[in-house]
Amino acid sequence: MLLIDCPYCGPRAELEFSYGGEAHIVRPKDPEALSDAEWGDYLFMRKNTKGVFLERWCHSHGCRRWFNVARDTVTYEILAVYEMGSEPPALPERNLV
Amino acid sequence: MVRYSFLSLLRNALSYHENWPQAWRSPEPKPSYEVVIVGGGGHGLATAYYLAKEHGITDVAVIERGWIGGGNTGRNTTIVRSNYLWDESAALYEHALKLWEGLSQELNYNVMFSQRGVMNLAHNQHDLRETARRVNANRLNGIDSEMLTASQVKAFCPVIDLRAGGRYPVLGASLQRRGGTARHDAVAWGYARGADARGVDIIQNCPVTGFIIENGRVQGVETAKGPIRARKVGIVAAGHSSVLAEMAGFRLPLQILPLQALVSEPVKPIIDCVVMSGAVHAYVSQSDKGELVIGAGVDHYVGYGQRGSLMVTEETLAAICELFPLFRRMRMLRQWGGIVDTCPDASPILSKTPVEGLYINCGWGTGGFKATPGSGHVFAHTIAQDRPHALNAAFSIDRYQTGYLIDEHGAAAVAH
Amino acid sequence: MVQRFRLPEGGLIDRSRPLEFRFDGQLLEGFAGDSLASALLANGIHLVGRSFKYHRPRGIFTAGPEEPNALLQLGEDPRTDPNSRATQTELVEGLSARTQNCWPSVRFDVGEVNSLVSRLFPAGFYYKTFMWPASLWMQYEAVIRRAAGLGKSPTRRDPARYDKTFAHCDVLVVGAGPAGLAAALAAGRSGARVLLVEQDHSLGGSLLGDPEDRIDGLPALAWVAEAEAELAAMAEVRILRRTVAYAYNDHNYVLLHERVTDHLSGEPEHLPRHRLWKLRAKQVVLAAGAIERPLVFADNDRPGIMLASACRTYVNRYAVKPGERAVVFTNNDSGYGAAIDMRAAGMQIAAVVDLRENPEGPLTDAAEAEGIRVLAGHAVTGTQGRLRLSGIRVAPLNAEGDRVFGAGEPIECDLLAVSGGWSPTVHLFSQSGGKLAWSEEQGCYRPGEAAQATLCAGAVNGAFGLAGTLREGHQAGEQAASAAGFPPKQSKKLHFEAGDESFLPARWLWLVPSDKPLGRGGKAFHELQNDVTAADLHLALDEGYSSIEHVKRYTTTGMGTDQGKLGNLNAIGIVAERLRRPLPEVGVTTFRPPYVPVSFGAFAGRDVDELLDPIRKTAMHGWHEKNGAVFEDVGQWRRPWYYPRGGETMHEAVNREVEACRASIGILDASTLGKIDIQGPDSAEFLNRVYTNAWSKLGIGRCRYGLMLGEDGMVSDDGVTARLGEQHYLMTTTSGNAAAVLAHLEEWLQTEWPELRVYMTSVTEQYATASISGPNARALMAELTDDIDLSPEAFPHMSLTHGTVAGLPARVFRISFTGEAGYEINVSARSGLALWQALVTAGEKYAITPFGTEAMHVLRAEKGYIIVGQETDGSVTPIDLGMDWIVSKRKDFVGKRSLSRPDMLLPDRKQLVGLLTEEPDTVLPEGAQLVEQLKPEPPMTMLGHVTSSYYSPNLGRSIAMALVKGGRDKQGQRLWAPLADGRKIACSICEPVFVDPKGERLHA
Repeated sequence: MLLIDCPYCGPRAELEFSYGGEAHIVRPKDPEALSDAEWGDYLFMRKNTKGVFLERWCHSHGCRRWFNVARDTVTYEILAVYEMGSEPPALPERNLV
Repeated sequence: MVRYSFLSLLRNALSYHENWPQAWRSPEPKPSYEVVIVGGGGHGLATAYYLAKEHGITDVAVIERGWIGGGNTGRNTTIVRSNYLWDESAALYEHALKLWEGLSQELNYNVMFSQRGVMNLAHNQHDLRETARRVNANRLNGIDSEMLTASQVKAFCPVIDLRAGGRYPVLGASLQRRGGTARHDAVAWGYARGADARGVDIIQNCPVTGFIIENGRVQGVETAKGPIRARKVGIVAAGHSSVLAEMAGFRLPLQILPLQALVSEPVKPIIDCVVMSGAVHAYVSQSDKGELVIGAGVDHYVGYGQRGSLMVTEETLAAICELFPLFRRMRMLRQWGGIVDTCPDASPILSKTPVEGLYINCGWGTGGFKATPGSGHVFAHTIAQDRPHALNAAFSIDRYQTGYLIDEHGAAAVAH
Repeated sequence: MVQRFRLPEGGLIDRSRPLEFRFDGQLLEGFAGDSLASALLANGIHLVGRSFKYHRPRGIFTAGPEEPNALLQLGEDPRTDPNSRATQTELVEGLSARTQNCWPSVRFDVGEVNSLVSRLFPAGFYYKTFMWPASLWMQYEAVIRRAAGLGKSPTRRDPARYDKTFAHCDVLVVGAGPAGLAAALAAGRSGARVLLVEQDHSLGGSLLGDPEDRIDGLPALAWVAEAEAELAAMAEVRILRRTVAYAYNDHNYVLLHERVTDHLSGEPEHLPRHRLWKLRAKQVVLAAGAIERPLVFADNDRPGIMLASACRTYVNRYAVKPGERAVVFTNNDSGYGAAIDMRAAGMQIAAVVDLRENPEGPLTDAAEAEGIRVLAGHAVTGTQGRLRLSGIRVAPLNAEGDRVFGAGEPIECDLLAVSGGWSPTVHLFSQSGGKLAWSEEQGCYRPGEAAQATLCAGAVNGAFGLAGTLREGHQAGEQAASAAGFPPKQSKKLHFEAGDESFLPARWLWLVPSDKPLGRGGKAFHELQNDVTAADLHLALDEGYSSIEHVKRYTTTGMGTDQGKLGNLNAIGIVAERLRRPLPEVGVTTFRPPYVPVSFGAFAGRDVDELLDPIRKTAMHGWHEKNGAVFEDVGQWRRPWYYPRGGETMHEAVNREVEACRASIGILDASTLGKIDIQGPDSAEFLNRVYTNAWSKLGIGRCRYGLMLGEDGMVSDDGVTARLGEQHYLMTTTSGNAAAVLAHLEEWLQTEWPELRVYMTSVTEQYATASISGPNARALMAELTDDIDLSPEAFPHMSLTHGTVAGLPARVFRISFTGEAGYEINVSARSGLALWQALVTAGEKYAITPFGTEAMHVLRAEKGYIIVGQETDGSVTPIDLGMDWIVSKRKDFVGKRSLSRPDMLLPDRKQLVGLLTEEPDTVLPEGAQLVEQLKPEPPMTMLGHVTSSYYSPNLGRSIAMALVKGGRDKQGQRLWAPLADGRKIACSICEPVFVDPKGERLHA
């Protein structure tokens, strides 16, 4: 049960959150201009970084707000929590494999 | 290869079992192979086995970062069935099921495939409708499948509580009698032994660290034991598929999630079939050793830790306690997690990749074990012929561009 | 009822409270404070079970949670517990225990025949046989299954209650032995919130079995009592007894399992049986102690062979003699303590057999001073006695430790106390992600680098001396409290003055040699419960199963109910020796949770029966119940399905409800529809983006139907949205999807379009909704409202207004899902029942008929309205549904681009069509698959399936909807539905609208 530090409510148990997958995937401005391959990439292709991964969470049973998390997907350690729309903070390099 | 049989067991008993040969060798890798398979799980080993047996390609290495069968092959709840909804999946899983039916003899290794029947429960009108749809589709695809009423469910599995505490009453089920369970480790070991006997090198403790790609064509892999050249490379790495794809320069439509399972302490036979409930995320069967083997739903975050969160266990065991109130006193003996590679449509990818000569077999999500023989069989064909087998043509990676998805969320029984 | 082996005095038992219990039917007596194991031993009973594979007689081996043999079936069905460790079962009056896995009795067990042919059952034998003939495997398997398993599952519903709770603390201390107590004292004195958990019912840990020690000038147990009193007096300290910290998860989340009532006879009403604690600790101090290892030698499994530390515990804590004449077999100093204590209890010590060549230290001196014969550099090479140990053989060992000289000297004894060194209980540390470090000197894995806020103290850390243990505990307690924000207060200092034995180095022989080659004489077990021997390990390695995980899985080492607590390290040692590799290179198998088995019931807690998942009921639910509704579950909602009257069948009831609705008026509880209040200046733009159709021009007071897609282009929800004001909308969703739709909308709004000023709130629970429809709906409305103009001009279809209905302030929509003129009257949820009753009462003259979801489905199917989740399944686009009319070409919306992917444009996609059976009375089963060409046998090519199918009383025939490949171009074509029961139903494709295609009734 992860302990996630909601930027709006403080640390809460994972139970209160829902997951939104990889962060910083921006919806194309003009989808019609994309090829099928490009659109498929946007829709489905994901990094699944082993190591520090930027991902989205929503405090769905709390303030209902979305935010970004930098989490190590091996140790599950949370390295940073930052607001939607902001750039990820500088993070230590990790050995990813 | 020394044949295993009761007689050979008897003969070796006389010599105190001191003369059994190795089931497979542990060779050092050669500098090059015709085909390298990355990933020594059941699917990878089966691929190597069928490359050698069906396609005469014996110059093959299976490269495993840890120990063979140590990933999801050795961590799943061992359920085998083929009652999938869509024609494409039904054909692929049924192909696998038919291979399961002769696998112990084929491999001369008892994989303990036990066709004790798999029931998928329906708890509401919607479930019943979807169950009927699937049963009808299965039957017309020539796959055994039956619709059970609630009382037939009770007759088939007397320990189930149909009322289930009033919350998720059992209204009916589908039943595939040819479905069942198998001994997971034995599948990896049996294929390893069979492949090894046909000349395949099985290289353990050898992580792949990169791909050698020249002019858009794969030429081999970089490994902890140095570069290994190969004309063709197949990636069969389940939870590590995305990591490997990134090394090869492309991405996959996967989400890598933890999946938990657990067993109880062993007891005398009490439940003699496999019971699955998608609505409450619980699967249960009893192993030959006597343990209740229980599978949970996935954890919903990307995780390589082979562990998940308590709330998933709680949910699953609450469901088990509901359907089987007699098991509330049973005790969890051991719990573990795997890393599953889930696709958006809950169907696998058995496909060529953007890199020539590089093939990928992934995306089996929570249900790959049951497909092991079929997956290896058609993937070997794909590699050997450089084109998909008829049964996996639909499972191309291109479908995520064209939209030809094969949505099996209902059949997978776990909401991804 | 004589406790023949009870010592006349001593022990932590209450001799004033004798307790009667039954063992395999035999009435026996013990005392309060006994464990079931100690009470059995007091009665001279060692033989308590049979092993898993060979059915060898087995006795009580330990005094703790690592017990592999003494697994008993407790209690009577349904309150029966298989595989209960007698060593951890507190004796209670009337306890009933039975032996397991033996027939007809534990003394004479037919299964022992396996033992005679055990050479046919080496590790993994089942992988090599039972393959011929293939058809017989299921029969072979049935036999294997019956032979396997241990105890018996209960066969009836468990009547017990379980509970769960959340907790937080600054410092969690696991284990209340000397280290844990010192840690808890230090942390507690700093003012930190401390939770001290102890698996035993008494605090003290190892001191309970070792009462001769002195701490701070006090006898050990007096010191424990003082510490306990001080801790109990601290407001922020809580002690949990009978509680095991069984798992250490991420982010310092530790799971505790508390056995609340197992030690009571009977289950008090007010207490749960077990409680699961979900604990978030700022800091964790692991003081979990260590577990003694056995030695692996020939026939080391007979009843009467026990761990040396267990012998001490039985003598000192329980005042029980585990035998009359004992031999101690050891590789370290621990065995001597056992010998001295047993001798002091009046037992004969025939010899101490020490693997070490020259053990010379205070303990050996003390033993020799007492005249105990010490056989240094010797090994036990074999044992005798079938149901109870009767003797052993001892022979001198060579310097390398790989062979013995001669067949050995026989020594008669009925007890063999073994000590193979100690394994720190690193389970939780390893689970936490901490790395283990091998100590060559101590012959064990110790905690290395921690991964979380974890400290280790005492024996778990490899500190086996008492003074060091106390010091470490105290230091860890202070350090943990400091890290949690509670620096130590200087007021009080601890002074531990405890004896610290200086230990002699041990001699690590993972496999003790015998005079017979391995596998040819006796069996040398490292894993007692599963009957795994050193020879099995060698076989696995010889066959190429060389990874330790392969060895484990092939031989089942470490897979018994003790999960390798006793045997794993010995196995690793034997493997390392066989592979000629340093032990740490072999690695360890994963320490998986739980540390000890945990009841399923505790995980479920109170989330059982009706509380498994909340049931949502509307404000009118009571009325539905009173009026005989049959319910169906829709998501979490429980909705009226139909309302049978008299002896009506479902079919009759539904027909009546459907007809009433078209003929006069029906009333439906529509409160379950999801309702999302949307406000803000950009609301219209937001709706434009999430719905397929355009919203900018919707007038205030008007409603519009909307279809929502996923970004993959597939239909995900639908519903009517009304514009309440300039910047104010109310969206309705399907009943089952309300939460998911709001989550979906919030995700888009917050993560993609934060610039849009839109605010959303779920108001589903705030309103109760009665939906009336039928030709008399307007007349009924007119009777209940005088401030709403109901004329079609003023209040047309797809509009809404506010007014008073039945005296209640109401929001009224003129919308319809039945195809009849209809009103959806929304009032505040608490007035829902009043509204409903007013409508039903006023509607009597029109024979108003309550109808359930089934009639609603028939009515909407007659009109060809889809239900998301029934006509769709996540693979259906609006185009497939023939709803192109609602898909805007001009604007972008979520999912639009996906609709132009190649596969979406194929002509043979599955499309929504109507179906009419050729035999009008035949109703196609929903879920039936459709084929163009019948074949005598499968396989047959399927074109699609029936999504909805009903008998339509208004049409006097059946109707159905289906998704059919290229269906829209197949109007009039005949299809077949071949069913499982052999019937083949012919039907033909039609438009999916069966009643009032022009919508005249709707607009009336």
